[in-house]
Amino acid sequence: MEERTLCFALSEEQSIMKETTAKLVQDTIAQNSHEVDEKREIPGEYLQKFWELGSILSAVPEEYGGYGMGQSPIMSSIILEELAFGDMSFAIACTLPSLFLNPIIEFGTEEQKKKYIPPYCTDKYKSGTLAICEPHFGFDPQSLKTTAQKKGGSYVINGKKCFIPYADESDHMLVAASVDGKNSLFIVSRNNPGMSIGQREKNLGLYCLKSYSADFNNCEVPAEDRLGGDDGLNYSKILQKTRTALSAIATGVSRASFEYARDYAKERSQFGEPIASRQAVAFMIAEMAYEVDAMRLMTWKAATALEVGNDATRESYLAKIFAGDMTMKITDYGVQILGGHGYVRDHPVERFYRNGRGIAILEGMAAV
Amino acid sequence: MVNIETPDYLNTIKNSMNGIAKGILRPVARKYDENEHEYPKELDMFRGMPIMSRPKKKKDGGEKKPDEKPKPKRGANLSQVVTIEEMCWGDAGLLLSIPNAGLGNAAIAAVATDEQMEKYGKKWAAMAITEPGSGSDSGSITTTAKLEGDEWVLNGEKIFVTCAERCDVVVVWATIDKKAGKSGIKSFIVEKGTPGFKLEKLEHKLGIRASDTGTFVLDNCRIPKTNLLGSAEVKTETEGFKGVMKTFDNTRPLVASMATGIARAAIDFTREKLQENGFVLDYSKNLNNMSSLEKEFYMMEAHLEAMRLLVWRAAWMADNEQFNNLEASMSKAKAGKYGTMITQKCCELLGPLGFSCEHLAEKWMRDSKIMDIFEGTGQIQHLIVARNVLGLSSKDLK
Repeated sequence: MEERTLCFALSEEQSIMKETTAKLVQDTIAQNSHEVDEKREIPGEYLQKFWELGSILSAVPEEYGGYGMGQSPIMSSIILEELAFGDMSFAIACTLPSLFLNPIIEFGTEEQKKKYIPPYCTDKYKSGTLAICEPHFGFDPQSLKTTAQKKGGSYVINGKKCFIPYADESDHMLVAASVDGKNSLFIVSRNNPGMSIGQREKNLGLYCLKSYSADFNNCEVPAEDRLGGDDGLNYSKILQKTRTALSAIATGVSRASFEYARDYAKERSQFGEPIASRQAVAFMIAEMAYEVDAMRLMTWKAATALEVGNDATRESYLAKIFAGDMTMKITDYGVQILGGHGYVRDHPVERFYRNGRGIAILEGMAAV
Repeated sequence: MVNIETPDYLNTIKNSMNGIAKGILRPVARKYDENEHEYPKELDMFRGMPIMSRPKKKKDGGEKKPDEKPKPKRGANLSQVVTIEEMCWGDAGLLLSIPNAGLGNAAIAAVATDEQMEKYGKKWAAMAITEPGSGSDSGSITTTAKLEGDEWVLNGEKIFVTCAERCDVVVVWATIDKKAGKSGIKSFIVEKGTPGFKLEKLEHKLGIRASDTGTFVLDNCRIPKTNLLGSAEVKTETEGFKGVMKTFDNTRPLVASMATGIARAAIDFTREKLQENGFVLDYSKNLNNMSSLEKEFYMMEAHLEAMRLLVWRAAWMADNEQFNNLEASMSKAKAGKYGTMITQKCCELLGPLGFSCEHLAEKWMRDSKIMDIFEGTGQIQHLIVARNVLGLSSKDLK
C-alpha cells in the first residue's frame, strides 16, 4: 500500500484506468452521442462494454460475487469524469448498478447482502437504481416527504419520487423515505404492487437517460428490506457520496464544453483571424480552464475524505454547490463562444448546456 | 496517487503561524493601516526568520521524464503558501513588511553567487521592476545599465517598490542593451546610500498601507561590476528574460495564497457575526431552502476552497519540480478575482459593520484589491492561462 501523502497527480493505476475509460468512451458513446441523445436511448452494448471494464465488480466483496478490491471513491471520481466527458446520461447509466449496490455493501445487513448483491454480479450489465428526488417545490433531500411507517412485520411507504433512472427496467430500487423523521432507504422490488411507475419523464436535459417518476401508495415492504435493519443507516453518507459523484460528473461535462469551445475558437475565423486571438473570447476560455480544474480538485478532496473514512459532509457539499454553479457558467460560455452555431443542435455544446443545468438540481443520481 | 488531505506537518505549520497571526499581526493591523509610513517595530522579532525566503538555487524544473515515478515530496513551496495564508489572515500589509523577506531577497536567494550571498544574503532586499511607462509589460523597461570600467552606471526611474524605505538594498531591473529587447534585461544589486540612488517619494495607497511603497530615481548611479545578478551575456533568444519571468511561476501562488488568507479572514468574521445573529452553519441544507444571504455565504466558502486548492496544486508542482507556469497563473487568476469579490461581498453581507472602520472588513476589501494587480494583473494571468490552453503565442494572442 502506497503511503498516503498530499498528492495532486494520478498514480500509474489511476492513469491507466482514466485512459482505459477515455478509450471506452471514444469507442462507444463518442461515436454517435448526438444520435443517441436524439433517439433517447443509450445502446445496451455501450453499457455492457463499460460493465466489462470491471470497475463496479471490483468494488464488490468476493463473498458476494465481486473481485474484492475495495471501494475507491477517488478512482470512481476519475472514471465518472471521463464517462461524463463523453456524455452525462451515459455516465449516470453506467454506474447505476453501483448506485444500488454500494449502499447495500456499506450499510446492508448480512442477509440483505447475500440476497441482493449476487444477482448483479454476473457478466451482464444489470441496472439497479435509487429514488431520492421528489417532485415538489422546495425539495430537500434531508427532509423527505415520502414516509415509511412500521406496521407489524412491514413498512408502509407513501409518497412520490421523480428522476429515477431506469426505474422501469431495474429489478430493484432503493427508496429514500422518512421513518419518524429518520431518513432511511428501503429495497423495493419492481413488482411490488404498492409502487406504480409513471410514464417516462421528459426533461430539459439527459434526453437519452430513461428516467421515471414513481408513486408509492401504501406500498408494503418487508421490515427486513429496510437497509441496515431496524437501526437504519447513515443517510448523510449516501448524500456525501452522491454529491461527490455528481461533482465528478459536472467536471466531465464542463470539461467537454471547455475543450469543444477551445478547439472551435481556434478554428473559427472572423475579421481575418481566429476568434481565440481576441481577449474577449480567450479570457472566457481561461476562466473555463481553471474552473474545471477547481471543480476536479474539490471533487477529489471530497473523494479523499470518503476514501480514508472521514466525514465528507462539508467537502462534498461545497464541491457540489460549486460544481452546480460552475457547470452552468462553463456550459453557458461554451454555447456563447460558438454563438449561433452553439444554439443549433449540430454542435454538442447545446446539449452540455441543457444537461449541465441538472447538476445543481439533481440529487442521488450517481454514486462513487 | 491522488490524495487531497492536509498532512499533519502542514497542520502544525498552519497552527503555529495562526498563533503568530492572531497574537502579533492582528492586534496592530489597524494601527499601521492608519499610520501609513510608520515602521512596524513589532515585526523586528521576525528579522532572520525564513518566512518569505525561498529555497536557495532551485533547480530548473522542466517537464518530468515520463519514466520517473511520481514520488510526492514535502517541499518548501507548499509550507510557504500555508504560512502565507495564515499570516495574511493576520494582516497582509504586515506580512509584506517582514524584515529581510522582500522579493529582492527571493531573487538573491535564487541566483546569487556565493560571494554575493555572503555580502547581501543577510540584508533586506527590495525589488524594483516597474517604471512609470512600464507595468505589466516588464520587457519594455527603459532604465539602463552601462559598463564603465569596473562599474555599472544606472539611469532611470523605478516606481512601486515594496519596502522602499525600510530595505537595505534594492534589486533593480535594467537593460544593458536596448536593441536586444527582453534579453538585454538584467538585475543589479544597488545599496542604499549609493550616490545617485535616491528614494524620491512614498505612495499613499488604497490598502496594504502597512507596507511602504516608493519611487527611486537612479541618476548616474555607479555600482560595482560584481553587483550584477546572473550573467552579463546577452543571449540572442529571449531565454534570459524567460528565466527572469520564471521566478514568477513560484511567486504567483504566493500572492494567490495571500488573497486566500485575506478572503478567509473576511469570511471568518462574517460567519462569526452571522452566528451571533442566529445563523446555524449546516453543510447539508439545500440551497433552495435558505435565504439569499446564507446562500451567498456558502458559495463564498466554496470559492475559497477552490482558491486554496488551485494554490496548493501549483505549489505542490513546484515542490515536485514540475513546470507549473499554467497552474501558477490559474491560481492567481482565480484568487485575485475571487479574493476581491469575496471581500466586497462580506462587506455587503455585514452591512454597517462592513463599512465602519471599527472593524477590519473594510480594510480587507482594500487590502485584497492589490492581489489582483501586483505580480501580474488578473488580465495578464488570464492571458497566460489562455495562451497555454489554446497553444497560442504572445503574438497570436495579444
